[in-house]
Amino acid sequence: MSETVLTSDKAMGKSPAEKDRKNAGMAGFLSSSNSDYLMAALFALAIFTMPLWLAPIGAGYPDILQKFAIFGIFALGFNILFGFSGYLSFGHAAFLGAGSYAAVWMFKLLSMNAVLAVAFSIVIAGIFALAIGFVSLRRSGIYFSILTLAFAQMSYNLAYSVLTPITNGETGLQISRTDPRVLDNMFREPGAALPVPDFFGIELQGWPGFYFCATLLVLAFFLTMRIKNSTFGMMLFAIKSNQNRMAYTGFSTRPYLLAAFVISGMYAGLAGGLLAVTDPLAGADRMQWTASGEVVLMTILGGVGTLLGPVIGAAVMKYLEQIFSSFNEGVLHRAFDFLTPELQDLMVGITSPFVGEGWHLTLGLMFMIVVIFLPGGIMEGLRRIASATRGRRAGSGDAN
Amino acid sequence: MDAIILQILNGLDKGGAYALIALGLTLIFGTLGVVNFAHGALFMLGAFCAVTFAKLLTISERVRDESVTFFEAYKEVPYLEIWYGDTGRAIVEWAVPLSIIMAIPVMLLIGFAMERGLIRFFYKRSHAEQILVTFGLAIVLQEIVKHFFGANPIPLTAPSALAGSADIGQWFGMTNISYPMWRIIYFLFSLLVIAAVFAFLQLTTFGMVVRAGMADRETVGLLGINIGRKFTIVFGIAAVVAGLAGVMYTPILAPNYHLGMDFLVLSFVVVVVGGMGSLGGAVVAGFLLGILQSFASMTEVKAIVPGIDQIIIYLVAVVVLLVRPRGLMGRKGVMEA
Repeated sequence: MSETVLTSDKAMGKSPAEKDRKNAGMAGFLSSSNSDYLMAALFALAIFTMPLWLAPIGAGYPDILQKFAIFGIFALGFNILFGFSGYLSFGHAAFLGAGSYAAVWMFKLLSMNAVLAVAFSIVIAGIFALAIGFVSLRRSGIYFSILTLAFAQMSYNLAYSVLTPITNGETGLQISRTDPRVLDNMFREPGAALPVPDFFGIELQGWPGFYFCATLLVLAFFLTMRIKNSTFGMMLFAIKSNQNRMAYTGFSTRPYLLAAFVISGMYAGLAGGLLAVTDPLAGADRMQWTASGEVVLMTILGGVGTLLGPVIGAAVMKYLEQIFSSFNEGVLHRAFDFLTPELQDLMVGITSPFVGEGWHLTLGLMFMIVVIFLPGGIMEGLRRIASATRGRRAGSGDAN
Repeated sequence: MDAIILQILNGLDKGGAYALIALGLTLIFGTLGVVNFAHGALFMLGAFCAVTFAKLLTISERVRDESVTFFEAYKEVPYLEIWYGDTGRAIVEWAVPLSIIMAIPVMLLIGFAMERGLIRFFYKRSHAEQILVTFGLAIVLQEIVKHFFGANPIPLTAPSALAGSADIGQWFGMTNISYPMWRIIYFLFSLLVIAAVFAFLQLTTFGMVVRAGMADRETVGLLGINIGRKFTIVFGIAAVVAGLAGVMYTPILAPNYHLGMDFLVLSFVVVVVGGMGSLGGAVVAGFLLGILQSFASMTEVKAIVPGIDQIIIYLVAVVVLLVRPRGLMGRKGVMEA
């Protein structure tokens, strides 16, 4: 089995670094758990201290940090499918939307406790993913992309039209004071105000909300790491590098792919559930295919197939979205303050189409630039910078 | 019976648009091997060619409105009307069909620029990367259009001679079925363009090379034919076809900047149903799905299966992909995985 993977790696012309990593993964598979824990601990530390070290760039407030965490989970899950097994799904937003609807229904029917809602959204998204994955995975390549896209568009269209009793159509599903909320109302009288999602009594707004999402992100990250280093993860990488070879060695690839698809869908469901926890509202536009495109971009931007990449990509994208869409001409004029008035007007004229309403233009350009010049994303860029500096140091050593 | 004929007619114009976009997509995929997610944007650009052309024709001067005598009133009169009188007025009225004259060179240039500037670097890269980069390009193009034309749909009208409805029933000696004239024109126009593309491919030497390239790209290259240049021209033609589809569609649906995205997903489904790389399949599937969609939106059908009109095309695609992955008319062994 390991032989096959390695030879196919050579055939595919993988970078030596990746091959090394795979060798290490093979040899140190059993003993790797210690470094896993260390990595997860570091990651947790970095995530939980985000409010401190992101404050200088103006991202030290809970609303945006929540978004980082939630979309980090979404991208992590998407990466399990696309990054590990190479199957490009263009319909992942359907699971995000399904998760949101499930969570809001939980809020309406049973309880405002976020744990129940999140659990329910994971289950619903998982079932949904099982059904769609079972059908879509009969095909691969571009056909798979189009099948998932078709299913997502169907869900979107249905959510807008026939499923209005469940999804509340264009208005979106909201909680209201008169909802049954059976569990909550058994123990206490419904208050006068609209209830807020809570974690066993702690209202999940502001910082508690962020820490709730961040904890789940850390758990999701740890799980992804374990998946990547497991035999199952190796199978997925093997499918990515050469599916035929896998089939020749006697493996049926579909169960592995289906498992990856469902896990990935459950991550998306979790992210959707968390979106509903931070703001108890679910709309069909979360299912639209542009939303699917967004998660693809996050993953690519960060680095496909890497562990940290998707989380970084999601954070960078949400950060840029926040920054760019809040800019307007006034802010630009202040930014180019140091120039002469004529130059200032020129610069503002050049840059203003890219900010505010035009944020999507920047997004599209970024998308193209990353795919064209840096298919490995930010992680690849960091690696290149690292090897370049190392190379220069080695070079200067030779000269001496 | 009347209802059925009416539904078929209803599907024909939309089907024509699907067929034209899918034809271009297939041409690009078959020859260049590229999955072009920016093709919908080309359709949209075509539509905005018509918008621009109409705007150019109606550059106006404010003149005193003589018909109002109580107070000073002004009205905008296009220069064309001032200079050429009735001829000018007729030109302004026929802006949409006339904008084809502008759309062909413009779309050809856009196609060339796209292929030379971007697509050719992606021949050797994976389909996933092609999808991603063209998806990015589509976003960029539609945002540029949004920047210049705004987010609201811009309605254009068909020439008044073609704007009314035609009594089709009478043409065939049946009871009266009246139907918007322009939609029939659109259907005929799409047939004309399709015929032109097929004639070009079947009757010219260039077309022969393109067909040979679709069958076996490598061998054609080995025979010493400069495929690179042929590819550019094929891409240009596909862009023109999509653009023309967009130009003529403007009186039916007022174009806005995300028109392309709406059509793109459906056109991809059409290509898959017809069979990747099969030109005939793309055309047949385009009309078939257009008609199917209009049947699904009949109230009688919706009463039986609620919501079917929203999902029928996707449903067909799913069934076709699962049962016959090479599509209705796809060749055996081409992209069957």
